[in-house]
Amino acid sequence: MSELSLHRATLPNGLRVLVVPDPATPVVGVSVHVDVGFRSEPQGRTGFAHLFEHLMFQGSESLPKLEHFRLVQGAGGVFNGSTHQDYTDYFEVLPGAALERALFLEADRLRAPTLTEENLRNQVDVVKEEIRLNVLNRPYGGFPWILLPPVLYDTFPNAHNGYGDFSELEQATLDDAASFFDTFYAPGNALVTVHGDLGEHGVEGTLALVEKHFGDIPARPTPPRPSFAEPRPGTERREAVADAHAPLPALALGYRVPDPSTALDEYLAHALLASVLADGEAARLQRRLVHTDGLVTDVSASNGLMGGPLDARDPDTFTITAVHPGSVDPDRVLGAVDEELEKLAAEGPSAEELGRQSARWAAALHHEDDRVMYRMLGLGARELLYGRAEIAVELPERIAAVRPEQVRASAAALRDQGRAVLLVEPSTTDTEEPSQ
Amino acid sequence: MSAPVTHRTAAEIGRTPLGPRPLPELGATREVPLPEVVTETLPTGLRVLAVHRPGVPLVELRLRVPFAGPSPLADAAYAAQAELLSSTLLTGTASRDRVAIDDALAAVGADLGVAVDPERLLVQGSGLAEGLPAVLEVLAEVLTGASYPEAELARERARLVERISVARAQPQTVAREALQRKRFGAHPIGLEMPTGEAVEAVSAEQVRALHGAGVVPRGSTLVLVGDIDPQAALAGVGKALGDWASAGTARELSPPPLPGPGPLELVHRPGSVQSQLRLTGPALQRDAEGYTAFQLANLVFGGYFSSRWMENIREDKGYTYGAHSGAEFVPGGAVLGVETDVASDVTAAALLETRYELGRMVAVPPTAEEISSARRYAIGSLLISLDSQGGLASTLAALDAAGLGVDWLRERPVRLEETTPEQVAEAALEYFAPERFTGVVVGDAEVVGARLRALGGVA
Repeated sequence: MSELSLHRATLPNGLRVLVVPDPATPVVGVSVHVDVGFRSEPQGRTGFAHLFEHLMFQGSESLPKLEHFRLVQGAGGVFNGSTHQDYTDYFEVLPGAALERALFLEADRLRAPTLTEENLRNQVDVVKEEIRLNVLNRPYGGFPWILLPPVLYDTFPNAHNGYGDFSELEQATLDDAASFFDTFYAPGNALVTVHGDLGEHGVEGTLALVEKHFGDIPARPTPPRPSFAEPRPGTERREAVADAHAPLPALALGYRVPDPSTALDEYLAHALLASVLADGEAARLQRRLVHTDGLVTDVSASNGLMGGPLDARDPDTFTITAVHPGSVDPDRVLGAVDEELEKLAAEGPSAEELGRQSARWAAALHHEDDRVMYRMLGLGARELLYGRAEIAVELPERIAAVRPEQVRASAAALRDQGRAVLLVEPSTTDTEEPSQ
Repeated sequence: MSAPVTHRTAAEIGRTPLGPRPLPELGATREVPLPEVVTETLPTGLRVLAVHRPGVPLVELRLRVPFAGPSPLADAAYAAQAELLSSTLLTGTASRDRVAIDDALAAVGADLGVAVDPERLLVQGSGLAEGLPAVLEVLAEVLTGASYPEAELARERARLVERISVARAQPQTVAREALQRKRFGAHPIGLEMPTGEAVEAVSAEQVRALHGAGVVPRGSTLVLVGDIDPQAALAGVGKALGDWASAGTARELSPPPLPGPGPLELVHRPGSVQSQLRLTGPALQRDAEGYTAFQLANLVFGGYFSSRWMENIREDKGYTYGAHSGAEFVPGGAVLGVETDVASDVTAAALLETRYELGRMVAVPPTAEEISSARRYAIGSLLISLDSQGGLASTLAALDAAGLGVDWLRERPVRLEETTPEQVAEAALEYFAPERFTGVVVGDAEVVGARLRALGGVA
């Protein structure tokens, strides 16, 4: 594999640019990462960051409604956007021939999106359908990413539901949208990433194209980035929620982890701890909970609330989740998890055990890198969150360098702190229409 | 909100002094790059396809074993045995237990998974390319000597029953099962998930017997794509899998009957806050005359975001988060699926709009502009889907199962370019007329039933 070269620029209006050529692919990706996620949305407007992401697809000064989709797909491309704890991304991946078109589309909506009452009401309806689909009408909806944070965290930014309450989504106004855009979508609060086939433009030509399309967006003040820090819980906090659709109980554990921007290697040791616990048939919790004790149907662990590491700033969350039969007392599951953590905190994993997990990590990272879309989003997110896209490139090496002692210390750190325990309990009174 | 004291209005944000700007032209599109596929059939009957596709130092593996049951009708016991075989294939051999098998794979960064459906057993995975010999060694060991230990089987049987209960709590699973029954009746292709009762009745002896009779190389295909030398990979396969042999041939599934027109069946799911609309009719297989025209007509109707149906029921009406139509290929043919999930209170309205858009495909056929957009999307998305080892491996495996090779892919851009609006209009008339469809609606019948029935065509 050819070494990636990273090229950076900052436009006079403050917009950051990252260009990473890859001549081996015939496709190119363009993404815009904006430094606002659902942790930044105002009280009384839960779900607004995500709702606003939808509004950014509804047209802009040069593009009537529906035109953005048509122009991306009509160029043979695919698009999407997503809202995370600390950032929102927008992207398209297209044949290399459409590079300038993609830059034009992204610039037009970052400069002058069309925010109308009609589009706002339409997208409130669409978002409500998204929430019905992913949360309300299915078993284990929002488990654990919506349900666990209010148990582990106390402050609104960290604890609230990022999808939003229906009543608050319905109260969202056009003026809320205008204020949100002017505050958070300033060019100095965003990053443009271009990755893949740059065609005849090359790196310099691509930077010139970015300047051509984004350069005349006027600078606006960049909002101060608040700290979301809050004290770690000193004890175990436990809550139970009822799930009308779930046939089996489930549980989730939440722990706090080191700050990835100041303690990256300790943070990555926690990621490897998650693998030693739950990835593959030989993992500690798979052997103990699933096979030896037969307590759970499935178990998983992750350093990161949304399913993977390095997707948020501090505070981030280490999770362990399991689905188990109703005949098993959840305290038996928790007891077994604690015993396995104790063993790891005392002795750590063996070098061979860790080596196998590192090899799987390396392969999984290469696997992601084989798609322009994932590699671009990984580079952009790490650049925005930590100011170092290189982290995405260095990950296989840094993961391979984690030592058993560091994983042992991570297990000990989990044992030495308070934690959140969320219990999902099947309920049979399932004939009520939620919040409608 | 930490907003500035003043901010612009929405109207001010949407305007700049310069006004709307001209759209840049597209550059010249590169051809879809397709690699050479090296193919060989081993003396045991196993077909092997190997492709050099560098980029990342990995290799992708797909082993497809046709795995239809002996009965011409859906057989609950067979489906349960096949499912349990799939869950326990990697849990033991004479020399390795479940953990040792996984350790051997993990040592070379590899992962293998096993899945089964009414047509085939699929072993798929990937790993570091330099570890291919180790992966083939493990694969050969389980293919020739999976032992299905009693304890592993008992544990996986219990987990499978639990997992099936979780899956059936998903409204999409309820809808899929109802749709497949509606489409295919008692043909085995409709039985995609066994019942918990049938799984509980499966013994280790039955699974071992099924392995001996069904997990055979003749008729099976192994696809390897990655940073490999195809000739060396073929030699490695010949050496590692040479002892995987059998007198019999893997059993292909018989072509199912294709669904005819009929009323939608309303399936009651108490407490649902959404309904699943699932319409279906016949479609065309990939090598059929007229397939490309059908493909373009489908894209215009509901096959991508910029389709008539999506723009109507999501972007105009706000009835849904997603709506999609597309072909599913089955032995000897294909079926069209028209699928969306909508809130209970707009279920009848969404069905009405769906029928309206189907009717419009016939009455107002796709325009040249709509077809042009769909054509460029078809070519571009092909380019993107093949731009990874995994995407290429899965595509080659699926095509090979349909008797098609990489040439079919190579010809797609030309076929798409030469298809005329008249041909697309014919396909729209033939495959999208509303009265050609049947299907199911899953939802709370007490909430959605009265309006749906009043619309007509709902049983």
